[in-house]
Amino acid sequence: MTATKRRTSWRRTTQTAAVLVGVGALLVGCTGNDPVTETTSATTDDGATSTATNAPGGNDETGDTVRIGFSAPAADHGWMAAITEAARDRAASFEDVEITVAEGTNDVNTQISQVETFINDGVDAIVLLPFDGAALTPVALRAMDAGIPVINVDREFSSPFASQSTILGDNYGMGVSAGQYICSRLGDQPDAVVAEIAGIDSLPLTQDRSQGFEDALADCGLSVSHRVAAEFTVESGETEAANLLQAAPKIDAIWNHDDDQGVGVLAAIQNAGRDEFFMVGGAGSANAMREIQSGESVLEATVIYPSTQAADGISLARLIVQGKSLSDIVSQGVPKRIVLAAPVVTADNVDEFIDNAFES
Amino acid sequence: MKADTVASRETGPAPGTGRTKDAKPGLMSGPVGRNLGLVIALAILCAVGIVTAGDRFLALDNALTILRLASVIGVVSIGMTFVIIGGGIDLSVGALVALSSVWATTIATQAMAQDTHWIVIVVTAVAVGAVGGLVNGVVIAYGKVAAFIATLAMLASARGLAEMISNRRTQILEPREHRGFYGVFGGDVLGVPTLVIIFALVAVLGWVVLNRTTFGRRTFAVGGNAEAARLAGIRVQRHTVWLYVLSGVTCGIAGAMLIGRTTTGSSTHGTLYELDAIAAVVIGGTLLVGGRGTIVGTVLGVLIFTTLGNVFTLNNLSSSAQAVARGVIIVLAVLLQQRVAAGGFRRRRRAAATSTGSPTTTPGAPAGEVSTNATAPVVRDEGDDERS
Repeated sequence: MTATKRRTSWRRTTQTAAVLVGVGALLVGCTGNDPVTETTSATTDDGATSTATNAPGGNDETGDTVRIGFSAPAADHGWMAAITEAARDRAASFEDVEITVAEGTNDVNTQISQVETFINDGVDAIVLLPFDGAALTPVALRAMDAGIPVINVDREFSSPFASQSTILGDNYGMGVSAGQYICSRLGDQPDAVVAEIAGIDSLPLTQDRSQGFEDALADCGLSVSHRVAAEFTVESGETEAANLLQAAPKIDAIWNHDDDQGVGVLAAIQNAGRDEFFMVGGAGSANAMREIQSGESVLEATVIYPSTQAADGISLARLIVQGKSLSDIVSQGVPKRIVLAAPVVTADNVDEFIDNAFES
Repeated sequence: MKADTVASRETGPAPGTGRTKDAKPGLMSGPVGRNLGLVIALAILCAVGIVTAGDRFLALDNALTILRLASVIGVVSIGMTFVIIGGGIDLSVGALVALSSVWATTIATQAMAQDTHWIVIVVTAVAVGAVGGLVNGVVIAYGKVAAFIATLAMLASARGLAEMISNRRTQILEPREHRGFYGVFGGDVLGVPTLVIIFALVAVLGWVVLNRTTFGRRTFAVGGNAEAARLAGIRVQRHTVWLYVLSGVTCGIAGAMLIGRTTTGSSTHGTLYELDAIAAVVIGGTLLVGGRGTIVGTVLGVLIFTTLGNVFTLNNLSSSAQAVARGVIIVLAVLLQQRVAAGGFRRRRRAAATSTGSPTTTPGAPAGEVSTNATAPVVRDEGDDERS
């Protein structure tokens, strides 16, 4: 009840804002000699709503129904499960979006056929988090050729022509954020011992994260003295952390790439009875944030890798199909490529982030 | 020789020519009856698709989508059919698909393909699959390791090797640089995707080999009773090796097809294909213990699974519900198949009981076929043709 009421009142405000902007455009149109504003003023003759679509803030306005096909890999860990969940919720929050979610799969052959089904179906847009970006590129190209905009999420296609817009997290930036946080705490101790528990080591994303971490630490004269690699799973996190703690009798800070494996890392730290260091997590799961909130854990901070990027993909798809622009930026259209920020969550700001965090 | 004739009788590949008259009581119990059950299951699925998705399901493009998806796993399933009929199992197919796709897209292979001919890519994939199958076969036939264990070991090591070769990266075979390859593996002939044509060719070839050659008859004999086959003069060990090589070759072909479909080779390709293929083969009416099975049944089995996935996607079902439904439908398909076959079976048993001393039946067998368990078929001669 309250939610709908809030939504309608919000719509009313935006409508008013849109009308005001429309009137403003009219005035400018009458006085200025900019050809672009001339055309805007011409469309206002049809009514205020037509200008509203281009006005910032007018994007929540219900428009033509948009049918979106969504496909993502199998939800075999918390982050990936949250991706699909968030995408569904986002689609449900729009009255003008109809979403078709294909069965989560780690088989590229099946995922390709899902996209083919979307193409056959003539959906208005496809939001795709490919299991393997390169392997899904040919079918994404086919969708684009068929006039269906593809929004690429998280794992990039190998061709720039395969997507209308790309939205992804910043793996290098995650490493930089974690490194900068550790620098802010330990920058005055040049001989501090910094350890790193990476994810699956041969993945490009892990290499990017580690590179960013190394670069940020180098800025304040620190470096990684101990490094192990786990596999994003709880048990591998436990094993690798136990090995690390055994190898390093004294540590000042640890960066653990992934909060799903972090559950195991924290268990190993507890078992070893160590607390002389602080730890920074990665990805931003809800239980990591609860640890941070409690203030009693060695986990002091975590770096976000947004599990809401597919939800953002849904929003972008809707804007693209309805011909709207991303609000709050002046340039028209939807950006070609969006790299999401990797903010650091600490006890100070955890309340802002915990509602959006995913359960691992 | 004797074993050959016996086996061919037992599997009666086609809706027999002169046989139908004699086989009236057992019509539904033979391969025709079993396949009819599958056709009904597929028809029900299509009906569900038409009712729930209407034109979207019936569109030609949708049919091609189903067939394209079916073709890669279908080719693997044909090889699997041979192995299972021959009394074995091959758990390594998915890993061999991955390994051959990776090996065929290494920088060295790509360079060689550009210098010589695109066929190098296909030959590499097929050769890698064949060698993997050869290792499987030798370990199983001459090393006396259980097929389940030997191919499980290959599953692990082939995927590991694929990861080592590719360094866990996805290797791209650039379409602009390999036009010849994609002309064949990515194109279509008169609107029919070449992948589907390759699947059809492999299926037809498999059918001919299984039903019209000595190799096929020996496969049934080895799977039905290896000892009897040996006594009949078949080199069982060597034949077993060839069966696994055949399965490996189909994996290689599937690897090349997957490259055509994805423009990439990757160690993650073909994940869980072994289970998909075994499921398709088994609901296709092939006995998991060997000795009986049909290519047509396998093809229908593959089509049932892919149509299932398609209907799910068209109806926007949640992935968890889909997984449950998939399991339920597997059981339903097999049950239906049993019912259809049993209808003919009851009548046939009565007829059989009156004519000869009752032939033993296998209670667990999905379709009421005469026992494949014993040496019996080998001892019997042509006289009891009316039983199939």
